[in-house]
Amino acid sequence: MSLRRIASLVLITLGCLLAWQGLVIATGVPHYILPGPGAVAGAMISHQTVLARAALHTGAEIVAGFAIGAAGGAGLAVAMAAFPRLAAALRPALLFSQVIPIFALAPLLTLWLGYGMAPKIAVTALICFFPVASAFMDGLLRTSPACLDLAQTMGAGRWRAMWHLRIPMALPGLGSGLTLAAVYAPIGAVIGEWVGGSEGLGAVMIHANGRMRIDLTFAALALVTLIALAFHGLVGALTRRALARFS
Amino acid sequence: MTPLALAGQVVLNGRPLFPPIRLELAPGRWTALLGPSGVGKSTLLRLIAGLPIGGSFTGRISGARPVALMAQDPGLLPWLTVRQNAALGARLRGEAADPARLDAILARTGLAGHAARYPAALSGGQRQRVALARTLMEDRPLVLLDEPFSALDARMRLAMQDLAAELLAGRMVLMVTHDPAEAARLAHRICLLTEAGLTAQAAPHIAAPRPPAHPEVLACQGALLTRLIEAAPA
Repeated sequence: MSLRRIASLVLITLGCLLAWQGLVIATGVPHYILPGPGAVAGAMISHQTVLARAALHTGAEIVAGFAIGAAGGAGLAVAMAAFPRLAAALRPALLFSQVIPIFALAPLLTLWLGYGMAPKIAVTALICFFPVASAFMDGLLRTSPACLDLAQTMGAGRWRAMWHLRIPMALPGLGSGLTLAAVYAPIGAVIGEWVGGSEGLGAVMIHANGRMRIDLTFAALALVTLIALAFHGLVGALTRRALARFS
Repeated sequence: MTPLALAGQVVLNGRPLFPPIRLELAPGRWTALLGPSGVGKSTLLRLIAGLPIGGSFTGRISGARPVALMAQDPGLLPWLTVRQNAALGARLRGEAADPARLDAILARTGLAGHAARYPAALSGGQRQRVALARTLMEDRPLVLLDEPFSALDARMRLAMQDLAAELLAGRMVLMVTHDPAEAARLAHRICLLTEAGLTAQAAPHIAAPRPPAHPEVLACQGALLTRLIEAAPA
């Protein structure tokens, strides 16, 4: 990022925060409805231990769920690209898994997997699974026909052609799927925490809301947003770097 | 080496692509398959290569296979170097390419100095040289060329035709082209494929690659053009 862009980003953020504080002062809205940014910053400092612990917990769920969902999605994409009949059979099931609202699944997963990290990781993995599978699959199905012809006349087997041609050619698709999944991953973890359990930023938000500590809710929300942005940036930078050679 | 013989008909979407044909390729000879775009030349080449044609073939194919294929799209893999691209066949079969042979072929195709470079750093002509080197590495009884030089500019095309004629000399080659000049320069036998079917046309009697402005080459080219125009559906 250039210095100019950073400067304009900082200015815009400051402007928004000032407008927010101005709105709170001008309307006299009570702090348990809408706290100002000052109050949120105060909550962040006064609850720093709780928030840091919760952020670590949520962060771990995000990373674990993302890794499981991405690996599963990538594996399924390769299997479906290798076996067109499997793809035809699984496509409706994949779509079905996407139209089930994840909010409705979270309580069930909590019932089945308990109140620990497992259901949160499962929700995150489910959310990450589809964008990775679908973007990677698209890439795998778009292997250049010229290269597929070559592979066939050269006598390449299904798996060698997959490993040496189709997967490397589809890596840019995998990269965009991973970057997209990184945006969704924190949403999955927080949904899981809302539904059950007492750890993580989602749980902090629910508890704070119940006790009318809206400043703490906002503080947790700000941290979730920061984690999401950082995770998205990290995954994007890593995939761009790893895949530069293949595009 | 066994010659290749094909007799039969291709049906695409329930309609015959062209009338029943007979095509024979002789070992050591370069056969050009000339015809207008869309008449089914590439389908015929794919059929011989054993590639899917999106239709059905009724008839018989016998003889020389497997084949080595070189097409208009050089099909280089951007993440492999020139040297690795030239040895792609071995990589895809899980074999090790003979390094001495690879070096020799890279030298003969004029790529010795570019072996460690990636395709993105090459010109169009250099990419086709890599495709030619890869074709030579395959060392197959039949070489199929599918308009391999049609995307190159005139000067580069002539240079690549000369190089291919030199390096593929003595092999059984089938070259699909829509360029009468290319057929007249390179082929021992010229087969004209039009909507009316497959007919033969005598090739010039001089050794290939022939000078582009030689009277016999120009006469052959003219005759081919005339027949192409005559065969066009009204």
